[in-house]
This record gives sequence, C-alpha cells and structure tokens, in this order.
Amino acid sequence: MTDLTDKPAPGRTETLTRGLRSATARLRTQGYQEELTGTARTRFLRHCVLVGVGLVMLYPLLWMLSASFKPSTKVFSDASLLPSQVELGNYASGWTALEHPFELYLVNSLILAGLNIAGNLVSCSMAAYAFSRLRFRGRKTWFAAMLGTMLLPAHVVLIPQYVIFAKLGWVNTYLPLTVPAFLATNSFFIFLLVQFMRALPMELQDAAKIDGCGPYRTYWKVIMPLTVPAMATVAIFTFIASWNDFFGPLLYLTDSDLFTVPLALRQFMSAEGASDWGPMFAMSVVSLLPVVAFFFIGQRYLLNGIATTGMK
Amino acid sequence: MSTSATGSVATATGHGGSPPTVRRRRRNSAAASEERAAYVFLLPWFVGLLFTVIPFGVSLYLAFTDYNLLQSPQLVGLENFTRILEDPKATQAAGVTLRYTFIAVPLSMISALAVAILLNKGVRGLKFYRSVFYLPSLIGASVAIVMLWRSIFGYDGIVNKFLAVFGITGPGWVTDPDWALVTLVTLSIWGFGASMVIFLAGLRQIPVMYYEAASVDGAGWWRQFRAITVPLLSPVIFFNLVLGLIGSLQTFTQGFVFSGGTGGPAESTLFYNLYLYQQGFQRFDMGYASALAWVMFIVIAFFTALNFLVSKYWVFYDD
Repeated sequence: MTDLTDKPAPGRTETLTRGLRSATARLRTQGYQEELTGTARTRFLRHCVLVGVGLVMLYPLLWMLSASFKPSTKVFSDASLLPSQVELGNYASGWTALEHPFELYLVNSLILAGLNIAGNLVSCSMAAYAFSRLRFRGRKTWFAAMLGTMLLPAHVVLIPQYVIFAKLGWVNTYLPLTVPAFLATNSFFIFLLVQFMRALPMELQDAAKIDGCGPYRTYWKVIMPLTVPAMATVAIFTFIASWNDFFGPLLYLTDSDLFTVPLALRQFMSAEGASDWGPMFAMSVVSLLPVVAFFFIGQRYLLNGIATTGMK
Repeated sequence: MSTSATGSVATATGHGGSPPTVRRRRRNSAAASEERAAYVFLLPWFVGLLFTVIPFGVSLYLAFTDYNLLQSPQLVGLENFTRILEDPKATQAAGVTLRYTFIAVPLSMISALAVAILLNKGVRGLKFYRSVFYLPSLIGASVAIVMLWRSIFGYDGIVNKFLAVFGITGPGWVTDPDWALVTLVTLSIWGFGASMVIFLAGLRQIPVMYYEAASVDGAGWWRQFRAITVPLLSPVIFFNLVLGLIGSLQTFTQGFVFSGGTGGPAESTLFYNLYLYQQGFQRFDMGYASALAWVMFIVIAFFTALNFLVSKYWVFYDD
C-alpha cells in the first residue's frame, strides 16, 4: 500500500528529479542553523562582502525609485538618491500618458493573474494528487512524460499553438493566455505539489478510506486542506510569472484596451530609447510594486514556508 | 505494483463465486475505481499534454512547408533549412544567443554559488540577505527592469558616472554593438538569486561532520571545497546548469525590450527567439519560423543530452 512513496524510475528522470527535489527543498520548514563559524574578523569581512553585494544589487532599484520623483530633465543630471523635492507629478502624468489610463492595464493584468492562479491551483493539484496518492497503471511512465515536458522549449510548439488559437478565433482574447493554465501545463508546479503530497502520511488516506471516503472526497476533504502551504507557493509563483509575462500578451493581444501592464509599459520606450524618463520610471515603479508586495507577504512560502517536501 | 494488480484481477475472474474471491473482487473493484479516479484527476493534464504533443509534431511538418496562416501550407522540402544556413541574420542570431548563454550562465552560477557558500557559513541576518539577493531574480526579466537597465547603462547613466569617478570613460553600453550584449549579461547576473536559493538548500544537505573530519585531517578551505562541497552539491549544480542553459537559450524579453523589438544596435541583441518572432509573427513566414524553432529544439536537445551524458563523470549521488 505504501509503494507510492517509491523512488522514481531510474535513468534520466532520476538525475532530473534529484535536482528538482533540491529545488523544491528550499520550501522546508527546517530552519537554517544559526551557528556562526569563523573568528570575529572573518565574520566581519563576510558581512562587508555581503553588504557590498547587496548594495550593488539594490542600487538600481533605489535609483529608479528616486528618479520617479524627479523631473525628467533632472533624472540624469541630479545624481543624488534623495531627490531635492518630492514631486508626484511623474505619477500623475505617467498614469494618463498612454492611450488608456493606467488602471485599465493594472486591472487587465490582475484578471489574467487571477485566472492563471485559479487554473494552476485546480489543474496542477488534481494531477499531483493522481501522481502522488492514487495507484493506476502507467503511473511512472506518465510521471516521466510530465518531467520530460519540462525540458521542451516552449517556442517549438509556439507556431502550431498560435495557428490553433487563431483558427478558434481566440487571438485578441484572454483565452490563449488563461486556458493552458487550466490544463496543468506547468510541470514544475505539479512536481512541487507531488513532492509535498507524497510527504503526507499514507495513513490519512487509509483512515479516510475506512470511513467510506472515495478518492474524490479524499482529495477535497483530506489532501487539499493539508496542501494549503504548497498551494500558496504555487499561487505566488503564478502571480509573479503572469504579472511579468511579456511574450504571451505581445503575441496574442493587439487591441490596446486588452493590454497588460508590461505591454503598456513598453510604449514608454521606442527603439531610439525613451524621452519622458520621469513618467516612465514612475509607472515602472507602479508595475513592480505588486510583485515586491507579494514577495514580502509570501516570502515564507517562497523560501522556507512549507513542511517537508520529502527530501531524500 | 501494476503487475500484482493485474495478477489478482486474473485470479478473481478465474474463480468467480467462492467467498474469498468475492472479497478479493471487491478490493479489485476499489482498485479499479481508484484507477478510474486517477484518470479523471489527470484529465486536464492529458488534454494539456495533447496540446503540447500535437503542436510538437505539427511544427515539424510546418518546418518543411511554406505557410503564412492564410493559405494552406505548401510542402517545399528542405528549402527552409538550407535558407537558415544561408541567412546571415539567422547565423547572427544563433551567435548572439550562444555567446550570451555561454557567458551569462556560468557567471551567474558562480556568483550564486559564491554567495550561497558565504551565507551557508552562518551569518547573522541571513534571512534578510537572502531576501535582498532573491528579489531581483523575480523581476529581472520584467519590462520595467530591462528599461531601467537601458537607462542606467545609457551614455550619461549611473554606470558611466561611476566609472568616471575612477577616470574611466565608459563605452556607449546601449548604442555600441560591442557592449550591448555585455549589458544584458550583467542583467542576467543580477538575477542570480534564484539559483543561489537552490544552492543554499543543497548546501544545507551536506552533513557538517564531513567538514569537521576534513579539518581534523588538516584539509584547507580549497581542499574542502573541492573534495566535499563540489561532489556533494553536484546534483544541484547539474540541475541549475541544465535549466539555466535551457532558459538562457530561450531569452526573448530582454532583447526585445532593450532594442525596441529590432535586436539592435547592429543586430547585437538579436536573440534567436527574437528573430524567430520577427519571422513568424511580424512577417508571418511561419514555415521558416517553424524550421528555426526546430533547429533551436535540436540544439537545446543536444546540449541537454550532452549534459546528461557528461553528468555520469562528475555528478555524484551519495546513496
């Protein structure tokens, strides 16, 4: 009965699953050891290096934030991070600089992100439940196929997919950007949920079975409630990926009233570069805020929130 | 597991009637309903798989045709593939992408590993550092950040201002074809945080006692790194390498936004996928674009297979 926790088929899939397991292992609750090694001097030097790297990495973001409050003419001449006077003018003019007010693009992006989150949560958890908790013929083969699709470059299937969507009349709608999420097309999320569900004790399922719970009710009443932390991870990653996605909307959306934030933002910059720096940076800040907010709210789910994903 | 299930089905049907087999059959019907349920739960995924597998085949067919979405595809034999070989822009695009990948992937992996090792030594405020280093990787490929990069590397941008402090006259990073790709490589390194987090998780799996035993034996820092860290971390390094290569060879947004969709200056940021997009979706030369896609697929499959083959000689599994 417990043979569902067996090791994956040997060979290529195993080499890949080892790495994947480490990639999802960062989601363990097991806290990092806070044991400090080295002398006070090396510890101090370590901090110096880390602070230095951190400053270099954060500087561009802080510079952009500061530039978004400066008049366009002073963006490059005024080098200080603290603007001499804080002006919200860039935000006001950037908001209305494009064909539509910026809230339209924000709402469009939110709609897409919401649908993608719903799709991934439902379809990936269903697939993961079957792979991790149910016995059926060909389980290992299908699981290997699922891992294999992870290595397939998306652009190989792009043109036929576009042709299909075009023939269905779906171009210039949100369907090509949302329906695939409902078809469990993200293998990484399936793998992440499989790892998580495998780690739940099998006795739970046996007890549910004795109480007369079929596979459907077990999924809904037993497994789903316990998988909430992993689902939160999937939701946050989906939000960030959908919010940042540029290629999909570029390909399928042509009406400017359907545009998402990245498509709108791009209009601030032509091939020759931008002219109106202030508003561009202001709207860039607006476009990044939701991602940064989700990161800070959800970082325990992204970095170390979930219980064991069955390392080893 | 599946064989034992079919085996008991055979016994059950063979001796139908007696009480033990009734019980067995009931268990089998439970197994059968579990199997049915599994396929129900997998149904969306199966449809999704079809939606990947069929286009995969169709794109191979289209690669041998002349197709513009309006007229039906016309078979043209190998013409698209010979055209790729003679197309200087395709060669340029492949060169840009390979150069970018072979510089950006190793550099970001080395940065990720170096910072992960520093953090793994135990640092006060580890969680804070980890967040600071991880955040850029989540936004590195967004339109806002690519536009920001173009601005800070501009001729009078902050990078050149910084270099001027040391008396260095910086190049026109954005306008000079020799430097534009370098600018995008720095952006890729800026996003090292995702691999860093994975490395950090891998480093945590290495038992501390190995290092303790090694230092008792007098092994220095470098020796410990070579003999303990690298072999035990090799599955994670391998994973980051495989997915890093696949991802990097498919770079699109950076080149598109950086050059306003042209791949300029002088085609120095004309990534392969950007050229594919121009051919397939701006000129609607979809047969040629499919051939380009298949060449890319073969190149990526080659590198991935090579990675898996070579992994036998350096990736180490300790159990």
